[in-house]
Amino acid sequence: MIALPALPRKYHGASVWALYALGFVPAISGFYLGATGQLPGNAIKEFEHLLGIWALRFLIATLCITPIRDLFGINWIRYRRALGLLAFWYVAMHFSTYMILDKYLDFPQIVADIAKRPFITIGMAGFVMLIPLALTSNNWSIRRLGPRWNRLHKLVYVIAAAGALHFAMSVKVVGPEQMIYIAVVTALLVWRLFRPRFNQWRRGTAGRPGMGRAA
Amino acid sequence: AAELKAAASAFKLDEPTTPEKDVTNYNNFYEFGTGKADPAANSADFKPTPWTIKVEGMVSKPREFGLEDLLAMPLEERTYRMRCVEAWSMVIPWIGFPLASLLDKVEPLGSAKYVAFETVVRPEQMPGQSGYFQPLPWPYVEGLRLDEARHPLTILSVGLYGRTLPNQNGAPVRLVVPWKYGFKGIKSIVKITLTDKQPPTTWNLSAANEYGFYANVNPAVDHPRWSQATENRIGEGGFFGGSRRDTLPFNGYGEEVASLYAGMDLAANF
Repeated sequence: MIALPALPRKYHGASVWALYALGFVPAISGFYLGATGQLPGNAIKEFEHLLGIWALRFLIATLCITPIRDLFGINWIRYRRALGLLAFWYVAMHFSTYMILDKYLDFPQIVADIAKRPFITIGMAGFVMLIPLALTSNNWSIRRLGPRWNRLHKLVYVIAAAGALHFAMSVKVVGPEQMIYIAVVTALLVWRLFRPRFNQWRRGTAGRPGMGRAA
Repeated sequence: AAELKAAASAFKLDEPTTPEKDVTNYNNFYEFGTGKADPAANSADFKPTPWTIKVEGMVSKPREFGLEDLLAMPLEERTYRMRCVEAWSMVIPWIGFPLASLLDKVEPLGSAKYVAFETVVRPEQMPGQSGYFQPLPWPYVEGLRLDEARHPLTILSVGLYGRTLPNQNGAPVRLVVPWKYGFKGIKSIVKITLTDKQPPTTWNLSAANEYGFYANVNPAVDHPRWSQATENRIGEGGFFGGSRRDTLPFNGYGEEVASLYAGMDLAANF
C-alpha cells in the first residue's frame, strides 16, 4: 500500500476550496489569452477545445476516486463533488463558447447541429444528463433522495462514455490522444463491474472491515 | 525562408491579409503532426533544397524541373482567400506562377483529362510519417481536372509574404486553388502526372463521405459533422474581433470558375 502523509482534518475544507480555485485556472487563463488575442490561430476553437478536454479530464478524475480508494486505500471522497462540479462547469462553458463565441447565438444553426450531427447530439446528451447531477450535488439532496441519489449519480458512467465518444468523433483522424481517453474511460467503467468481486475477495483475504458504501 | 522577389499582380483583395504569424503557425500538414501548431514546431529538420518535381504521364515532353527552374518562372504576388474545410479561413499573399505555364512546357496530350499530384515521403524528416500512429496513408496525393489545373487562378506557389515558403506551409513548392477547400492545396510536391482517369485523393480515400474529389467551397453543402455556411477568419483580434462571416460560393471566385461546373450537381459532386 502507498502511504501518503495524511492531510490534517482541519485543512480538509480548505483543500476542497483550493481544488475549486485550481480547477478554474485553465478556463480563466484560456479566456484571458483568447480575449486579448494571444491564442494562436483560431482562438475561439482553441478555447472551445480547451474547455472540452478539461471537462473530460475532470469527469475522469471524478471516476478515479473510487478505484483509488479500492486499490490503494486512499480516501479522497471529499474531493469528488468538487471534481464532478468542475466537470459540469467546464461542459457548460464549452457549450456556451460554442453557442455564443463560435455560432453567434445562431439558434437555427445550433439546433440543426444538435439534431443532425451525431457527435454533437451525443455531446449535448451528456450535458443534459449532467444537469440533474449538478443540481443534486449538495448535502440536502443526498439526504432527501436517499438511495435514489446513488442510482441517479450512476448516470456519470453514461456521461463519461458520451464525453469520450464526443471527443473521438469530433476529430478528422482518431489518433493516440483520443484512444488514450477512450481507454482510460473504458478501464474506469469496467472497474465498476469488477469491484464488488474485488472488494469481496480483499475483505476475505485481509479480514478487513467494509470499505464503505458503493460509488 | 529567404527573400523572394515577385511582380505585383491584379489578384488583390480589399480584405486585410491574415497576420504572417498566423499563416505560418496555424497549419494542417499531417506529415509533421496532426495538431495545428505541429507543422511549425516539427518541420525544422526538413530540407526543401535541392528539390525536383517530375512531370510525366500523358505528356509529349516529360521532364524534371529543379527548384531553380521554378524560381525562374515569372513570379507574381497573388493575394487569395484560403478556406479550410474545417470552417476557418485566411487571406494569404502567395508568390507563385500559374500551373498552366508549367503544364505548357511538357505539352499534355489530347487524351489527358486529369492532373495527379504527389507529396514527398521522408519519414526521417517528417515525424508524422513515422512511428506507430500514421494518420493518413503516404504519400499524400491530390488531383484536379485538367481544365481546373489550367485555370488562370490555379497556381504553384513557392513563397508567401515576400519570402520563400516556410517548411510548414509546404516548402519548396505547393499547389494553391483558391476556390477549393485548403486540403486540395497539396504541399511539398515531387510528382505531377497527367492521366485520363480521375486520380485518387488522400482525404477522399480516408473518408469518402466527408471529402469529395472536387471539394469546391460551397456554403450550401455541409460537411457531415459541421455546417459550411459560415467561416471563422483567423487572426482578427481574438474572441471579439467579429471574425465569423458567411462563406461565399466558390470562396468568392464564382465569377471566374462557376462555368467550369456548368450542368453539374455540386451537392453530389462535392
